Formats: sequence, C-alpha cells, structure tokens
Amino acid sequence: MSAVLPHFQRLWRGLSDSARRDFAFAALTLVLFFAVTLKFHGFASPRNIAGLLDDTSIFILLALGQMLVILVRGIDLSIAANLALCGMLAALTNRAFPDAGVAPVVALSIACGTLLGGFNGILVWKLRLPPIVVTLGTMSMYRGAIYLLSHGAWVNENEMSRGFVAFTRAQFLGLSTLSWLALGGAALFILALRGSRLARDLYAAGGNPEAASYSGIDPGRMQFIAYTICGAIAGLAGYLWVARFAVAYTDIALGVELQVIAACLIGGVAIAGGTGSAIGVVLGCLFIGIIRSSLPLIEVSSFWQMFINGAVILVAVLASARRRVDQRRILEAPT
Amino acid sequence: MTARLLRWETMLAVVLVLEFVLFSTLSPYFLNVDTLSDATFNFTERALVALPLALLIIAGEIDISVAGIIALASVAMGLGAAHGVGTPGLACMGLGTGLLAGAVNGALVTWGRVPSIVATIGTMSLFRGAAYAVLGDHVLKEYPESFASFGQGYLVGPISYELTLFVVFALAFGVFLHRTRWGRAIYAIGANPIASRFAGLPVDRYRFALFALTGLFSGLAAVLLTSRLGSTRPSIAQGWELDIVSMVILGGVSVWGGKGSITGVVLAALVFGFVTFGLGLLNIPGIVMSIFTGALLILVVAVPAWLSRK
Amino acid sequence: MPPPLLTLTEIRKSFGGARALERASLELQRGSVTALLGENGAGKSTLVKILSGIHQPDGGEIHFEGEPIRIASPEDARRIGLGVVHQECLVFDNLSVAENLFVKVQPARRGLVDWRSLRTRAAAVLRDLDADFTADTPAGRLSIAQKHVVQIARALVHESRVLILDEPTASLSQRECVELFRIVRKLRDSGCALLFISHKFDEVFEIADRYTVFRDGVSVGAGAMADVTRDELVRLMVGRSVDQLFPQLPEIPGEELLRVDGLARAGEFADISFALRSGEILGIYGLVGAGRTELAQVLFGLQRADRGTMTLSGAAQSAGVALVPEDRQTQGGILPFSIAANLALPNLRALAPHGWCSVPREAALAREWIDKLAIRAQGPEQTVHSLSGGNQQKVVIAKWLARKPGVLILDEPTKGIDVGAKAAVHAVTSEFARAGNGVIMISSDLPEILGMSDRVLVMRRGRLRGEFTRAQATSEALLRAASDA
Repeated sequence: MSAVLPHFQRLWRGLSDSARRDFAFAALTLVLFFAVTLKFHGFASPRNIAGLLDDTSIFILLALGQMLVILVRGIDLSIAANLALCGMLAALTNRAFPDAGVAPVVALSIACGTLLGGFNGILVWKLRLPPIVVTLGTMSMYRGAIYLLSHGAWVNENEMSRGFVAFTRAQFLGLSTLSWLALGGAALFILALRGSRLARDLYAAGGNPEAASYSGIDPGRMQFIAYTICGAIAGLAGYLWVARFAVAYTDIALGVELQVIAACLIGGVAIAGGTGSAIGVVLGCLFIGIIRSSLPLIEVSSFWQMFINGAVILVAVLASARRRVDQRRILEAPT
Repeated sequence: MTARLLRWETMLAVVLVLEFVLFSTLSPYFLNVDTLSDATFNFTERALVALPLALLIIAGEIDISVAGIIALASVAMGLGAAHGVGTPGLACMGLGTGLLAGAVNGALVTWGRVPSIVATIGTMSLFRGAAYAVLGDHVLKEYPESFASFGQGYLVGPISYELTLFVVFALAFGVFLHRTRWGRAIYAIGANPIASRFAGLPVDRYRFALFALTGLFSGLAAVLLTSRLGSTRPSIAQGWELDIVSMVILGGVSVWGGKGSITGVVLAALVFGFVTFGLGLLNIPGIVMSIFTGALLILVVAVPAWLSRK
Repeated sequence: MPPPLLTLTEIRKSFGGARALERASLELQRGSVTALLGENGAGKSTLVKILSGIHQPDGGEIHFEGEPIRIASPEDARRIGLGVVHQECLVFDNLSVAENLFVKVQPARRGLVDWRSLRTRAAAVLRDLDADFTADTPAGRLSIAQKHVVQIARALVHESRVLILDEPTASLSQRECVELFRIVRKLRDSGCALLFISHKFDEVFEIADRYTVFRDGVSVGAGAMADVTRDELVRLMVGRSVDQLFPQLPEIPGEELLRVDGLARAGEFADISFALRSGEILGIYGLVGAGRTELAQVLFGLQRADRGTMTLSGAAQSAGVALVPEDRQTQGGILPFSIAANLALPNLRALAPHGWCSVPREAALAREWIDKLAIRAQGPEQTVHSLSGGNQQKVVIAKWLARKPGVLILDEPTKGIDVGAKAAVHAVTSEFARAGNGVIMISSDLPEILGMSDRVLVMRRGRLRGEFTRAQATSEALLRAASDA
C-alpha cells in the first residue's frame, strides 16, 4: 500500500479540477453500490447490473443532451414533454403503418425531436428569451400537443408491431440494445466533447459569452445547436421509451426533466455554464439509478423518488455554491 | 418607463374586454352574474400567489416551487384534519407550512447562495415529493364542515370570500409596491443588487422575506383550494407554477427584474382566468388549455423582444 | 520613415443619435508604441470595438499595409492580424491557458483537436513571453495581470502584427506594470505595431514613442512623445488648460470624528489604527491589492472586521459614514434608474419616514443636488445611464452627500472621468471637509493624493506602512512605502 501511495499522489496532482471531481464521485458511487450490495448480495449479480443499466439507459442519453444545454447557460424543462410527444408520434405511426419497419419510425421520431428542440433554440438565440420561460412554455405546449395528437387515447402493446418493441429488448453479450445505445452514446460524447472543435466552442460560449463573441463564437448560436441536439436525443429517447415500456399515452415520462437535471447537477455540471463532463453525468445517472432500484429492496415506496431527486439537487448545488464563495485572494503577507 | 407600462396595462385591459365580447358571443351562459362569480374561483387562488411572486420576480428572483408548497400545505392540513384538528387550526397549519417552505427557499438562496432557479427546481421536487411520499395514491377527505366556507363561501351576494381576499390583497400589494419605500427597495434590488447593497439596503433580508411571503401565500392558496375541493391528493395544483408564473409575466413583470406593476398582474390574472374559464365552458379539456398557456407565456416575452430588435 | 502599417482615416460612427466618432484618424508604425489619449466619451472604446470587428464604421477608411480593408467580424480582425488586449479580461476561466490561446484556431488532426500540438505550441509562446505560469493552469486561477499576458499570448498565436492594449494597467501593481512594459518593449522590438490606450501620463511618457489624442470623437493631435509636454497633452484632451485642479483650502483641524484601533479582517488587512479629525482629508495610498477597498467597506459597514475597534464620535456619531465605491456603474448607481430614484435610494428613510413615498419630494431633492454639483442633465427624471462618466460620478457623490454623513469615504473617485469633472469632484470634496466633516480618499493617482490630502496613509499588503503629513508627502516617499522596494 505504501508503495502505491506516492504514485497515486503524483497522479492526483496532475489531474484537472474536473477530473478530480469525477474521480471522487466515481468512488462515491462505488461506495454506494457496495453499501447496497452488502445488505442485498443479489444486487451485484451480473443480471441485476444489466437490469440497472437498462433502467438507466434512457436517462443517460437524456442527461447527456441536457448537459449540452446547461453547458451553454441554458436549461431545458421541455425535454420530457419532447420525449413524450415524439414517442406518441412514433407509436401512432407504427400503428398506422406496421409494415414500414422500425428505422423510418425512429428517423421520424428523431426528426420531430430535433424540430421541437430547435424551436426552443431559435427563441433563445434570435429573440434572446430567458431559457426558463421558453422551456416552461414549450413543456406545456408539447404535452398538450400529445393530447391533440392522440385524442387522449393510449397506444397499447397489442397495437405495436413486433419489431417496434423487440428492438430495444434484443440482447447482445448480456446487455440489451438499449444499454449498448447508452454506452455507445456516452462513449461518443466523451470523445466528442474532448476532441471536436464544436464542443470546445460550446465550452467557451458557456464559460464566457462575451469573450466568445470577441473570438468569433456566437453564444446564441451555440445555444441553438445545444437545444437542437438535445431535442434530437429526446426524440430518439421518445421511441426508446415507448418501445421499452410498450405503451404510449399523454403522461409518459412526467417529471423526468427534473430527474435528468438532478443527474446533471450531481454529476458536476455547473448551472452557471462552462463546466461539466460526460463521465460525471453518466455517474450522476447511475448514482440516482442505484438509489432508485434499491428503494424497493429497503422497502421504501417508490413514491419517495421525487423527494429524493429534490434532495439530491439541493445537496449537489449547496455543496458547489458554498465552495465557490470561499475562494478569496489572500492579501496579507507575513511580516 | 411609466409610459410603456401604461401601454402594456391598457393592452391587457383591451384584451380583457375583447375576451368578454368573444365568449359572450360563443356561449350563452357567459354573461351571467352567477357564471362570472363562478369564474372567479377559477383564478383567485393562483392570482393570490401571483401577487407576492410578482414582488419576488421584480426583486430579481424566481420561485417555481409554489405549486409544490400548495401540495405540501394541503397534505399537512389533510393529516391534521384526519387527526381531528378544527378549522382554525387547519388554516394555521396550512399557512404555517407555506411560510416554513418559503423560508426554506429563502434560506437556500440567501445563506446557501444557491441561484433561485435551481433552488426552487430542487424544492419543487422536494415539497411535492414529500406530499407523494406521505400520501402515495391515497386521498385525504376528512375535513370538518366549517372548513369548506373558506373556499366555497360568499361574503355578500355573488362575491366570494376568495374574491374578496384577492381584491383586498391586490390593493395592499399595490400600495406596498408602488407607494412605500420598501417597494422602492424591491425595484432597486431587482435592477442592481450590488448597488443596492452599497446604498445600504439589506438585500438578503428582503430576499428572504419575499420568499417567505410567497410561501405564506402559497399556503393561503392551499387553504382556499383544499377547502373548495374538500379533498387532498398529492397531485393537487399540478402544473400551477406555470399558470402563476404566466400571470406574473403576462402582467408585464420583467424576468430580469426591476420592472413591473401590480395593476398589470391583476389585469393579467383576470385575462388569464376568464380565458381558461371561457374555454372550459366551451368544453375544451385542461390539457389542451395548457397549450394555450404555454404559448401565451412565450408570446408575452417574445413579442416585446421581437419589437425591440429593430 | 516607412509607410505606416495601419492607417485609419476620418472614421465616423454613430449609435442611434449619438455620434461616437466624428473624424477619427490614426496611424500605427511598425516597431513602435503609439499612445492613444482621450477622456471618457472621446471615442477610444468605440475605436477598439471597430478594430476588433465588433462594429463597422459608418464612414472613413482603414488601410493595412497600404491596402484598404474591411474588418467585418472578429474573425476578420484575427485573420488580418489585429489583436486586442481588452480591459475586461476576456479570458475563459473554465478553460486551461493553453486552450484559451487557441480558441477557434485549435490545431487539428483528422478533424479532431490535436491536444499535444496545442499544448506544445502554447508552452512555447509562454516561454517566449517569460510568463510565470504554465500552459495547463486553469485560467480562472490567474491574476488580472496574468490574464493580460494570456491575451497577449493569444495575439501572438494569431500572429498579430498590430496589438491594441486597452487600459492594460488599470488593475496592475507596480511590479506587474514593469513586467507588462517589458513584454510591450519586446513586442515592439520584434516589429509589432502597438496601440497603448491609457489615462496615466506617467506610463504614457515611459512606454510610448508616439501619441494621438482624441477629443469628442475627433483626433485633435498626433506626433512624437519626445516633442510634447504633459500640459500640452492635457490641453489637447480637454480643449483648454486646466490649472486649479486641486483646491488649496486651509486646514482647520477640529475634533476627532473617527478612531480606528487594531482593525483587522482575515485575509484582507490587519493592525490598522488611525484617527480622522473634522475638516481633514485623509488620503490612503497604495497599490492594487493593498487592502484599501476592503478597509473602506469595513469602515462603511458593508463587511465586518474580525478584530479591533472603530469608534465614531462627535457629529459623526449620529451622522454616520458614507462610501462612494470604486465601480460607479455596478456598485455606485443603478444605471437604468433616474437621477431622482438613485438619489432617493440611500435616503429612503429620510424621504419616507412613515413608509409613504412622495415623488415631488424626491424630485425636489434631485433638483437641489443637480444645481449644487452642476450635474449636466435634462432633469431629475433622466436616466443615469445616459449621463457622461463624470456626471454619473456626481450623482453617486450627491446621493451620499444628501445623507449628510459625518465621514465620507471616496474610493478612486476620479477614475475614468474627464478632467473637468475631476476638478469638480475635488472641489466638492474639499468643501465637504472644510464644512467640518471628515473625508477619507483612497486613490492610486499620486498627483491626486498629493494634491488633495492633508495627511496620507500608505498601505501595503494589508498593513499600514507609513503616515505622512502634507509637507512630508512626496511621490518618492509614498511609492517607496507602497512597494516592496
């Protein structure tokens, strides 16, 4: 152990603030996982872990999209309504054209989500409207639109084509397609956020919008791009949700936007913009996911979920807010 | 500045008149004293919360946990009623829960230094989540008979207690905001909190007080709503935060702080309330109305922004 | 003399009805430092924005290397080779220094950012500048002076041929200024054309080879620094010669108003003890970071001290302390509000003793002070935003004088305001002191401190390093006490 410590210390010193935070949070998540496993040995079984990942997959994708928006100083409260509307659209299309196959339906879903997200983005970019007001408004509009589309009726499993539902549930190497999508998406984000110039421009726009415009980056346009990508992800997630749960109705994913924001905040995405890592966000989703799936084990009703989300958000922001204020320059020199 | 606001309020008044014209043509039931009296129930509870929320937004903050506070206060009262607490006690419990919840918001923002948008996104989940956790899918219905008079009772003729409360408080808030030095302070804090601090204003104390006040009035709304419905579900007042924020912003209060008037908020509450009531008379379901509410909220901020782009 | 690298001819620019630049002309030579002087509102910042590509001129021409050019966007500016070091540090705190240097121009390999190349090149540029920080430092951890270096490094990465420095020494300590000048000279010697915008004559005479003066949007003079005197520059800037800048009213020391004993606040200052008498102007001199503003905020009551005592006596006990803060636009006043509203704010309790506000009373108060301080405004309802810097400062001072305090603290009261308004501020301050009140004036402007103060305290790194009477105070003595030398 003592031989390892100096190496670890050197590694730690070389890490950036963001990486240190991720490391610490990963450790915390592991501790939580092991704590639960200690009480319930079955929790760590491969089957359970696969199930956990499956449950969390859609959240991971949504949270990655939300992260982009928060990164550029925005927020998207309409993400879940977007998901639900696209999901309903996918289900209805599938019901009307069961022989068309899965691919066109998914494409339609993504396209719809992109438009819905783009609408948010245009208002924030061109009219410089406050994101909280815009997405509060579109959240209602999109939910209401679901009712208009479906006349309040549900689309049930027996109305969905086999392929529609089966896609998300197919298994490869013990994990569902859904899980692989989430893992793939996370990996893509991790690489893209680091390596793509567009992503670096997003970080710049969120960190200092004024400096960004002097460097030739339009912060409003970055927000538009973020909202559009987030919308596209929400569109995809809409199909995935409806296919996984094999049902579509007006209230699906109600309140999910708050869970997703909670996951981002606890994962280290700063509400002020400019800071955040994909790894942190994935860990945030897993952290909340572990809590959620351990609730029934410790015989706490799932009605506590919303409360826990709120508590998690508050703890996460309190911790980061207090830390920021304490940084003051020391002016006094020792005599 | 006064000129522009006057234009906004005039526009709202015009819209209100147009609404009346429209709905009375579309529905024979509209222009009836009893119908209009019923209509007021539709918005007075929300409008009561819009009053302190307007002050809060003018001061540069926001609170979207108001509906969650209503739910929590309602659950508290339901539990109290189930344990035999009498009507006055229940009202105190409702108000007290609201006040405490508002104080939590205030503490998070002033002591915790958490931006109010994030704090109230968190407490929104926390408060309503607590309501769900405690109640699950049960309903609390054991309220004493006298409790119903708050929300269902009338002062004189067609004028309900709820409407009376709203009128009284609207006047009080109007005078407070526009004519007293504390109202001036609120505008200053919203326009520039740093300069306000340097001018000697206890900015954090004002913020805390406004959050607590908003919570208190959310508690009041909970008392009225619960008394009117006669029951408590954890989903009570679901989505009301959108309606209440819409009323405030529709009333001409700027999201950036430092601007707005009570007259505007009152007119907006009337516009909003009668429209939703009128649509309800025409049998349009609530969820479709929320498309209208959402679009209205966006239009209210988008149109001025579009116009000032030139 | 070889042809200039950059020439601006008769540039015009208006915003709405306001004419920011009328006939602005400027010439920058290779391998030289040109100082741009002018009061606030003379058009300097508009010029910088035009050269940065943020605004486009309404008229006039810009030539680079003899060819006419258009700077349509910040990207254009970068491509042409115009770099700017802005007053507000336009640095990305959330990114590393290396990434800051290459924003929008990251080296790429196969479409992805080439981090290794980026870090190596960044390190090389920082080495060239002899910077005291490394490329992978998060930019948020740097001091203002270091952030200026980052902006310069960025300009080097962009291979800027012209570098504009907009008031770069505003928040720098003496040592940091020396360091900055070293870099400026190095860039000049390598053939860069530098434009040095500054208010401070001492610096301009030290670093610049040539000068241009703007007044009310017009260039009124240009030439070599060697051929001009300070007075001539002032005359060009103001349009008349301004002598009576510092009113010399005799001091009548009175009773003690304020006594400070062993005052300390962790991390900011310690062991501060002094007394202030009525009729006295006490100057506090020091370099940036000395802790003067922090001391002022404690004296005013905005922050609390950890140790020590502060006692008000005599008239000051009931009248209290007022503070005119350093940043007039963010801390001093509420720009979108009217003059009357601003004046009313610290005086609400007096104007509305039972809570009830009266608009006529507030307007009357505003009119009274508009007259007393000769504020150039259309009336009490005019928004402070539309006033010039000097008049804005007068409003800030008025709102506190209306409170009738016993002690008035002024933190850098004449920073960034025109010479005429400076004189007015000094006159009001002296008058206030001679009326039997106490004044504490914090300033980094040596002539101002020497001209105004009856006594001078010098702070360095949070402690008192010297006390001088008017007779004892000289530039050398104050500087020596204030710096590490």
